[in-house]
Amino acid sequence: MWLFALPALLINVFIILIPAMLTFMAAFVIWDGVGTPVWAGLANFRHMFDDPVFWSALTNNFIWTAIFLTVPVCIALVMAAALLMAPRSRVVVQTIIFLPRILAVAVTGRIFQGMIFSPATGLVAWLNERGVSIADPLANPDLSLYAVAAVDIWHWWGFLAVVFLAAMRQISVDQIEAARLDGAGFFALLRYVLLPGIRPTLALMLILTVIWSFQVFEFIFIVTRGGPAYGSEVLATLAYRHAFFEGDVGQAAAVACVMSLFGLCATAAYLWLQSRDSSHST
Amino acid sequence: MTGERWSKTFSLALIGVASFGSLLPIVLAVMNAFKTTVEISTNPLALPTRFHWENFASAWRNAALGPSLLHSAEVAGLTILMVCVTAAPCAYVLARQQGRGWRILTFYFMASTTVPVQLYLFPLYFMYAKLGLVNSIPAVALIYTAMFSPFAIFLLRTYVLSIPFALEEAAQVDGARPWQMFFYVILPMMRPGLLTVAIIVGLNAWNEFVIAVTFLQNENNITAIVKFYNLTGQYSTDWGEMLAAGVTIVLPVVLVFVFLQRRFIDGMTAGAVKS
Repeated sequence: MWLFALPALLINVFIILIPAMLTFMAAFVIWDGVGTPVWAGLANFRHMFDDPVFWSALTNNFIWTAIFLTVPVCIALVMAAALLMAPRSRVVVQTIIFLPRILAVAVTGRIFQGMIFSPATGLVAWLNERGVSIADPLANPDLSLYAVAAVDIWHWWGFLAVVFLAAMRQISVDQIEAARLDGAGFFALLRYVLLPGIRPTLALMLILTVIWSFQVFEFIFIVTRGGPAYGSEVLATLAYRHAFFEGDVGQAAAVACVMSLFGLCATAAYLWLQSRDSSHST
Repeated sequence: MTGERWSKTFSLALIGVASFGSLLPIVLAVMNAFKTTVEISTNPLALPTRFHWENFASAWRNAALGPSLLHSAEVAGLTILMVCVTAAPCAYVLARQQGRGWRILTFYFMASTTVPVQLYLFPLYFMYAKLGLVNSIPAVALIYTAMFSPFAIFLLRTYVLSIPFALEEAAQVDGARPWQMFFYVILPMMRPGLLTVAIIVGLNAWNEFVIAVTFLQNENNITAIVKFYNLTGQYSTDWGEMLAAGVTIVLPVVLVFVFLQRRFIDGMTAGAVKS
């Protein structure tokens, strides 16, 4: 029977597990990826903790986590409730709000740069010409992280709303009707009936959000490359830069280890939630 | 207005605003893909006065989109094949076998989906470089297989769980061996699941960025996404041509999505909805 699982397992071990363990070891050596690694003890970590960019990247990861635990979740909850109450538009609207999720991030990033944020060709330019003076937020180190987050939220909330809607539809119709007859308005219904009804799904999505927030890479790398002036740098882009632009694999590995450490707690919660679930269903 | 009518009107207003927000950047991109750069910078929100199809022609030529779309299709096709071949039997045993070892294996696959790419990317790259596997499309498809097969395993596992065990018992009584059971009883029942897996894995492979940009670096194997990324930048000047290239790359995905949206949505939200 083991033979059935073997190909999938071998590929996974070769591509993910072994390199992951090598990363852990590489964090303790000085290595450019090609030559012979030299033992360095904790030097990579010391160096990392002395680097202000590391601390601002870590802070940015926390900001990112806070944003994604709240903004897209709130939008998605409200929209899922709205779709629940307007069943006739559901199929079409679901398709529309899900669409951003399936577009390639590289293309989405460029569309936002050119069509929204660009002071020459975007919405920003259009507003500027009509007397609303705003600058390109991607060029501002204090704003670039939030501007990229806005792009990711655009891409993400529709997916969340569809997930929440699917969960809300499992709540018994009687319960919803009863609350309505009691005179519950839109937000009361959401707060006292729908939200408690989808709690397991909500918990899972929040845990996954924490895991993903410490891994965020694509949007930032594509839209700002962590800039300007490291303003939107996060751990994943910092590690990538260390490894491939500066040829310092040991340093990159140290950052990757810290990054994984933060995700690990959330991963433990995720595994606990999933295993509890699978022991129910089998 | 009664409370219920008010809720309904409010909902419809929200839906309108949200749909507009989701569509606006896409509509702007498509619209401006047909305009000249001068027209775009004069007013990005204006409709094109004339359809400049030549943007698409020059994007196709300058970006060498033909070959790079072909590479994307190769990577996606190979990945789909390898994921289906390895995940289907694995899903079968994980659904049917009990015991500690199998639980650990399930756990392992689940944990591997939460590992950040950066935790294995760097040694993997230098390992690949040493083995001469950088710039090889099958080698990249192998990485995707490792990344996407846990998703496939868990999706297919739920299909196996829904197959009545009596079917296998009957086959067992007839003396079927495990592999016969898999091929003649389980696999046919898994078919709709395999189609969903193929669609989602194909989409992920087509759109993937980090691995592709790191491992594929020359014209003979670069995917459309990487080609597009390399050609364009924050300070691009020819937005008409650039948007035309972007629309061309995204179009196949959007077409498949519109026709098979139920399957896309079910596949991508699978496992996210708890009861």
